[in-house]
Amino acid sequence: MAITPLSVEDIFDRLKRGKRWDFPGGVHPAEHKTLSNQSEIARVKLADKLYIPLKQHIGVEGELQVSVGQKVLKGQPLTHSAHPFAVPVHASTSGTVVDIAPQVAAHPSGLSELSVVIEPDGIDQWIDLKPLSNYQEMDKAQVVEAICDAGISGLGGAGFPSHIKAQPGKNVEFLVINGVECEPYITSDDRLMREHAWQIRQGIDVLVHLLAPRHVIIAVEDNKPEALDALSVACRDASNYLVCDVATKYPAGGEKQLVQVLTGREVPGQGLPIDVGVIMYNVGTCFAIADAIFSGKPLVERVVTLTGGALNKPHNVWAPLGTPVEHLLSVAEYQPGKQASPRVIMGGPMMGFTVTDARVPVVKITNCLLVPSVDEVRNDNAEQPCIRCSACADACPASLLPQQLYWHSKAAELDKAQDYNLFDCIECGACAYVCPSEIPLVQYYRQAKADIRNQRDEKDKAERAKRRFEARKARLEAEQQAREEKHRKAAEARKQAMQNKDTDKSARVSDAIARAKAKKQQTENVTEPVAETQPKNAAVAAAIARAKAKRAAQTDAEKKPEATVQPSPAHNHESDNDDAESAAQRKQRQIAAAVARAKAKKQQGQDVNKTTPAQHKSDEAGNNEQQSEQDIQRQAESKQQRIAAAVARAKAKKANRQQAQNTSDSDDVTEEKNSQS
Amino acid sequence: MKFALASSPHQRVNRDTGQIMRMVCYAALPGIAMQCWFFGMGVLVHLLIASATAVATEALILELRKKDFERAVKDCSALLTALLIAVSIPPFAPWWITVIGTVFAIGVVKQLYGGLGFNLFNPAMAAYVMLLVSFPVQMTAWLPPQSLAEQSHNLMDAISIIFSGFTTEGYSISQLRVDVDGVTLATPLDAVKTGLTQGKTVSETLGLSIFNGATGIGWFAVNAAFLLGGLFLLQQRVISWHMPISMLAGLALTASFFYLLDSDQYSSPWFHLFSGGAMLGAFFIVTDPVSGSTTRNGRLIFGAAIGIWVYIIRQWGGYPDAIAFAVLIMNMAVPLIDYYTQPRTYGHRSNSSNKGARR
Ligand code: SF4
Ligand code: SF4
Repeated sequence: MAITPLSVEDIFDRLKRGKRWDFPGGVHPAEHKTLSNQSEIARVKLADKLYIPLKQHIGVEGELQVSVGQKVLKGQPLTHSAHPFAVPVHASTSGTVVDIAPQVAAHPSGLSELSVVIEPDGIDQWIDLKPLSNYQEMDKAQVVEAICDAGISGLGGAGFPSHIKAQPGKNVEFLVINGVECEPYITSDDRLMREHAWQIRQGIDVLVHLLAPRHVIIAVEDNKPEALDALSVACRDASNYLVCDVATKYPAGGEKQLVQVLTGREVPGQGLPIDVGVIMYNVGTCFAIADAIFSGKPLVERVVTLTGGALNKPHNVWAPLGTPVEHLLSVAEYQPGKQASPRVIMGGPMMGFTVTDARVPVVKITNCLLVPSVDEVRNDNAEQPCIRCSACADACPASLLPQQLYWHSKAAELDKAQDYNLFDCIECGACAYVCPSEIPLVQYYRQAKADIRNQRDEKDKAERAKRRFEARKARLEAEQQAREEKHRKAAEARKQAMQNKDTDKSARVSDAIARAKAKKQQTENVTEPVAETQPKNAAVAAAIARAKAKRAAQTDAEKKPEATVQPSPAHNHESDNDDAESAAQRKQRQIAAAVARAKAKKQQGQDVNKTTPAQHKSDEAGNNEQQSEQDIQRQAESKQQRIAAAVARAKAKKANRQQAQNTSDSDDVTEEKNSQS
Repeated sequence: MKFALASSPHQRVNRDTGQIMRMVCYAALPGIAMQCWFFGMGVLVHLLIASATAVATEALILELRKKDFERAVKDCSALLTALLIAVSIPPFAPWWITVIGTVFAIGVVKQLYGGLGFNLFNPAMAAYVMLLVSFPVQMTAWLPPQSLAEQSHNLMDAISIIFSGFTTEGYSISQLRVDVDGVTLATPLDAVKTGLTQGKTVSETLGLSIFNGATGIGWFAVNAAFLLGGLFLLQQRVISWHMPISMLAGLALTASFFYLLDSDQYSSPWFHLFSGGAMLGAFFIVTDPVSGSTTRNGRLIFGAAIGIWVYIIRQWGGYPDAIAFAVLIMNMAVPLIDYYTQPRTYGHRSNSSNKGARR
């Protein structure tokens, strides 16, 4: 099947005529949605304590802004960061910070994350809110910043910082608003769309202002007619907004699948939807964006579906972020007797993960707590041999061969598993859902992916060490040679001088000239002449950019091993799989670098001299300042600046690619220069 | 509170391997009933012998391999193999034929390769071929439909002849095979082949008493019953349509081609579809997941190739029916087929170029 060469307008017309594409495979699990979608989203009383992890999304955590004992107001930022990838977290109610310590995280691994524990004072008092109601007249960057400051990251599952997607740097043909919610049981988006369609529309308007897409598609599965109606009414007056029903099939709400269903296009293997002109936001995210822009409220609560046969009162609630699971269980009247052993799933039955502790908090990506009764869940130890029935392959939306992936994953033949495109698996679970031999296929894939990542990391490390060693060896050899050469020349010169004592003076002069020439040549030979000759403030700017890039790379490197030990979170269908995330991260790192660049430029204009000594130290160009100042006279300043900027850009790019490796390499360069000069 | 941990998905379809195997067994019941009706109760006796042998062999070997045999027996895959052997061999073949065949199927073809899911060949068909090659006389002694036979026989006769070689009245199997005129009756496929070697046209052969119009008496009904069972499996989505339909299409199209070429020399596609084990093969044998192709296109190729092989062997080969041979031949080609028919993964432009071989 070739990628359909339809034009944007053709595609939109097709959608208008009610036609959709289909994606291969997919399954139709029992929906169980009526369990929780019959009543309005309820307000719950505050829990005794809120546990707010500093990092609630993909990306990096910010610096702590509060201390134990401090009083905080609702909506007050708890973290802050200049890093383009970081979004802050906020106090979800007013109260006192009683502890800042590692707490069990909302993650399948059950590892701990640094969290702020807040004891509510019951007043629930907001900080001063600063709405941007006239966002249309404002600079886009300002709006984006507001979204970032509101702590909004994708509420659909992956938790991707929303402001980064809002600066795609490419033409957006379709802005897709994802209200598909294809996982069984979950109804949080359903209720939100029914009750707050207008606010979702407002959020979409903000995104349209930022992204200027050709068309807007709001996609909802056809098992949610009320939500479809509500959104159609809310979007009636916008001619390029189209509310689309999508056939109910799991995982139609998966990012890649939805792109395929709506546009017939496929997101390339390691790419992002923007590569095919699509940007996708979850309806919940739109709601939060509207909150941030029109009321100035940061993201401090979200809709959570409490459902499952072991709850007496399944329904949807507005849960302040940080609310522990146990509190919500009691709100929904949990019946432990209906379960063989306590089991709570965060997310849906297809992609959710079991929480490890009753104190695990609701975080930005928590859309559902599923508490199934005994007969609602699969038996975990029933694995039988694969009979190669291919039911899994028929169900796979990515057209993979899950049985082969399973075979190679189990046998730890990681190369072969990759040959079968293991990393294109979105961990949707459709294969394991249909497997008659009850093989937990996805678990095998996660394990294999983690193993492969570990291997890669180790290989990288070894390679870096090797490269460093070789560079050092070459350098030492070169130095040795240079020394010998120098000695030889000096000896020769002495000999000559002895021979021509009468022309002593002129010889000394020529000797001096030779020395000067040699020196000049040496400086010219330095690996990065441009960096040396750049003017001071350009050098500083470059240093800032580099330092930022380096820091980004480091945090990334730090993040990586963690991701590899644990099974990937894959919170639900809207989330990409781990791998796609890493692809996404790569892309986004480029964007981040661009942001860093921009920030650096801005800063450069403002305070050139305020750079810290650390930044000077990290900058090899600083060592050659004197020389650079002399060179300014030789060449036009503006040109130099441009070149310097180009180099900085190239370096930032390189830094993205090489990640942490950069650290050691640049140190080597510094050493090399010192020895040469 | 201590929470139980599990990995996603937490929900699954309510159909396990055992259920699938059992449903296939149930779907074979109409066909077995028709066999009883036309060819006597022998098939039931063999079914019992084969089942008992299969389960015993499986349990024993798994016990030796220190595996949990209870669960393995519950998956019913051994029972299905037993069933296929029982319906494939002539109803009044001696008991040891079934025992040897079943032990071979389960013990060698299945378990020696690593048990369920690992066998390269279809165990029932491998056993059938082994038996046919080793015991050609017993394995080709099919009875004529009861309505044509001189001697009638009942369940007791069947038991007696299978265990002692003679019916309760002392008739041997060769006596049972003669018709009222004292002529030994062949199966329809045999008859056509023999007729051709004797210079008769196909339509002349079809005039024989064992035929009823275009197909053999009894054989048509048995095939139709297996077709019915097969349709039930399709409707229940126990099997996918790819393999059975492509196999029948492969057989029918090849047969049509030659039939149109020369209808005196070649029998009609209709005859081929409703003779021998065509329908049993298409819906119950070719569809064995373990030894078949796993990709969508692969399954089409696999099925169609079997259909063509069946025709070739029936027409020009030395054996009466060809399902077993055709299946084994294509079993060998499965790794190759799977290798070249990998589906295009989402977001990839073409099938990945650096494919790994199966296993
Ligand atoms: S569905 Fe399960 S048993 Fe069937 S081929 Fe896939 S992994 Fe094997
Ligand atoms: S989990 Fe992976 S292999 Fe299984 S169906 Fe989903 S994409 Fe395919």
